Amino acid sequence: MKPPSFEYHAPRDLGEALETLAGAHGKVLAGGQSLIPLLNMRLVAPEHLVDINRIESLATVETTPEGVTVGALARHSTVEHSGAHPLLGQALRLVAHPVIRNRGTVVGSLVHADPAAELPAVLAVLDGSVRLARDDATAGAPAVRDVSAAEFFTGPMESAVKPGELAVSAHFPALPERSGTAFREVARRHGDYALAGVCAVVTLDDDQRIGSARVSCIGVGPVPIVVDVTPECDGRPAATADWAAVVRAVRQGTEPDDDIHATAAYRRHLVGVLAGQALREAAREAAAD
Amino acid sequence: MEHEITLVVNGDARRVRVPGRRLLSDCLRHDLGLTGTHVGCEHGVCGCCTVLLDGLPVRSCLTFAVTVDGHEITTVEGLAGPDGLSPVQRAFAECHGLQCGFCTPGFLCTVTALLRDNPAPTDEEVREGISGNLCRCTGYQNITKAVHRAAELLAEET
Repeated sequence: MKPPSFEYHAPRDLGEALETLAGAHGKVLAGGQSLIPLLNMRLVAPEHLVDINRIESLATVETTPEGVTVGALARHSTVEHSGAHPLLGQALRLVAHPVIRNRGTVVGSLVHADPAAELPAVLAVLDGSVRLARDDATAGAPAVRDVSAAEFFTGPMESAVKPGELAVSAHFPALPERSGTAFREVARRHGDYALAGVCAVVTLDDDQRIGSARVSCIGVGPVPIVVDVTPECDGRPAATADWAAVVRAVRQGTEPDDDIHATAAYRRHLVGVLAGQALREAAREAAAD
Repeated sequence: MEHEITLVVNGDARRVRVPGRRLLSDCLRHDLGLTGTHVGCEHGVCGCCTVLLDGLPVRSCLTFAVTVDGHEITTVEGLAGPDGLSPVQRAFAECHGLQCGFCTPGFLCTVTALLRDNPAPTDEEVREGISGNLCRCTGYQNITKAVHRAAELLAEET
């Protein structure tokens, strides 16, 4: 249970970090709350470890009317207590335990891309994006690209980050007026990864009818699965919507697997129940918005 | 390759040479001889190794010593004051919040920070606050009692 040896790098600023990553293939260390367990259990053995904990300029949470942008070194607890985004707050309370959240980072959770993790689902349902930077010696400034959530999560524990790139921030778009959100999940123990979970965003129109409704489901596919159930809600108010049809659509959209904790059939059942609850809760919140 | 780092542990600056892969938990126990920090699962589940990093509780088994070069660490050895046990420690003793004691250092550090941030937590807030610490002896009832008792003791002190 001790980490394997690696060459340790501690860049002082972003430029130095990108230069290091360009030359040294390895892993980036931010909060380390997923990476260090993997190292301790020897499931990964990177040759180089680039520790970004000294790059204070990445520890940012910026809120604008367009949304919230979270820097690579912003800890879960900082973002949770910033009140920057309602759905981020709801999701972060479900991420592991308070002590883990003091150290873990939001961007780190996205890059780790666990298919049962909460934060990738939030980025996906909001149609957010991740900013990736790489060293560009000829331009004199880092080369930057923004990757949408739909393209960022490429498989279980796999993201679109290429060797040499650093995820420097993530952008979570703000919600329109009259929107509500909710996050529901079932885990074997509080703080564990979920057997299945659903986050929902519902936006009502001027007449309190459902204008749009989306869910993002975790633990039921290789990546967070976004299902747009606006057509099934059929422009009706929440009180008379055909929730059974909505739940069917969500179940059809997912592709859970069996594992030692639950069967695929149970997970599919669960995701439907949770989607029904989360959507109705989000609709109630939207009506109060 | 080894790195020369300085950790301010329980108020004392300690210089130590460590390889990059040295966990903070091992640095405290093996390099600095502070064996009060216990190591249970070594992958962040049990919470026994919780210490305070610049006042915030963190898992020392999920932190590299070299990452926290220059920072302040408080271990269970640093919780007691010159007059003896801290209010949190006294409450755990008074309420039988421990049996074998293996998990206790982690609980004490976690609860010390919890009550600093929230001096009068509800039962639910206590359970959420200690949810990342496992105890195999007590069944947690006496631990939650101890947290409430510690809150009382702290309130009496101020």
